[in-house]
Amino acid sequence: MIELFTPTEHRGRLIIVEGIDGSGKSTQLSLLRKFLESQGYPVVFTEWNSSDLVKETTKRGKRKQNLTPTTFSLLHATDFAHRFHHAILPPLKAGMVVLADRYVFTAYARDAVRGCDATWVRNLYSFAVTPSVAFYFRVPIDVAIKRILTGRTKLKWYEAGMDMGLAPDERASFRLFQSRILEEYDAMTQEVGFDVVDATLPVNKQQEAMRGRVVAALNGYTGKKHIATLPRIYPSEAR
Amino acid sequence: MGRRYMGRGLPYVSADDLGGRLIVVEGTDGVGRSTQMALLQQWIELQGFPVVTTGWSRSNLVSTSIEAAKSGNMLSGLTYTLLYATDFADRLENVIIPALRSGFVVLSDRYVYTAIARSSVRGIDKDYLRKIFEIALVPDLTFLLRVDVETLIPRVIEADGLNYWESGMDMHLDADYFESFRRYQMLLIHEFDVMGKEYGFESVDASLSIDAIQEQIRQKVGPILKG
Repeated sequence: MIELFTPTEHRGRLIIVEGIDGSGKSTQLSLLRKFLESQGYPVVFTEWNSSDLVKETTKRGKRKQNLTPTTFSLLHATDFAHRFHHAILPPLKAGMVVLADRYVFTAYARDAVRGCDATWVRNLYSFAVTPSVAFYFRVPIDVAIKRILTGRTKLKWYEAGMDMGLAPDERASFRLFQSRILEEYDAMTQEVGFDVVDATLPVNKQQEAMRGRVVAALNGYTGKKHIATLPRIYPSEAR
Repeated sequence: MGRRYMGRGLPYVSADDLGGRLIVVEGTDGVGRSTQMALLQQWIELQGFPVVTTGWSRSNLVSTSIEAAKSGNMLSGLTYTLLYATDFADRLENVIIPALRSGFVVLSDRYVYTAIARSSVRGIDKDYLRKIFEIALVPDLTFLLRVDVETLIPRVIEADGLNYWESGMDMHLDADYFESFRRYQMLLIHEFDVMGKEYGFESVDASLSIDAIQEQIRQKVGPILKG
């Protein structure tokens, strides 16, 4: 993974999750967060495409459906650069644990599927930091689609990849689009050095594997820990 | 001769069928780009060629984000670079390419060179910048309106005073507006000079009269319109 990014000194840990929609990566990351916080680690969470800076622009572009593969790619890179300098790099330098729901590999996969040049996209994100651990939640397309469509009737235009004209209706397009993204993730697994998690396993088994890997990555951690507290269980969360 | 991208280009748009002409006017703030472009547009249209103009941070897509970001002064140099790159890509695909395909003359007020100059003086790696802007098309002609900083300062002050961004205040070169402007514009002029050699700009002395400058520009533009 080393050659993809500019080396940057920091004493924190960066843990990222990747996978197609419906792979369960966000659920796993939020469980990991609770675990790390209960262990006293100072944790910061950041999410793909979430900065206020370009949110309105991206939203408007999506609504009007006038984004091209390249402007789509550059807007997401702008969002990432902004979060990187505000929400990722400073906590890493402060020795904290940063959890990222999707990282630059989402762009590698999606932008390539949309037709951008793979080398161009890698250069675009070359300022990023190499993650300490990069999990890839691998799931067969049918399982992901079943999860996504449970409790939802409509897919969003760009989420379904309708801009690519793969199929006339959202569901068919979503299947084709996500299948291609899945292929991209599989293809980059070696290059990137993903820790692959079988996302069809029971949720707690996946979490167990994830924690094991993260604990190993925290070996030699020199950041400042909080005094560990018991996890607080609120009535609404109790099972 | 077919049209070329500056590098890898857009994989999904072939440059081969892009006719028309792409003419760029570059130069720092206050050198008189807009005046010269307006005169040039009239002249080209009078000869019977349709013209489309485009300018820096004019895309519908991101101009509001850029304005919002500027007013908040909250951006890192890199975020700026990428925001400007988005603006450029939007105009490239939605304005420049369609116009060239239809055989128009595209007059561009600044081009990727401005982005490269502004970003590189802010410490962004030049190789990184060049690779981002590999998506750009090579212009048929690029004019660099060039003036030394001592001539530039009174012009800018007369026009609308020294503003925060034109003075490069975000770079913290100096707390004083005048001094910061002077140093920032000198850095930009230097970058343009270096790029001018690399990319083959037509350098025009912008301290001459409006008519004299326009005359020089037209002499270069004439032959490429007929070709």
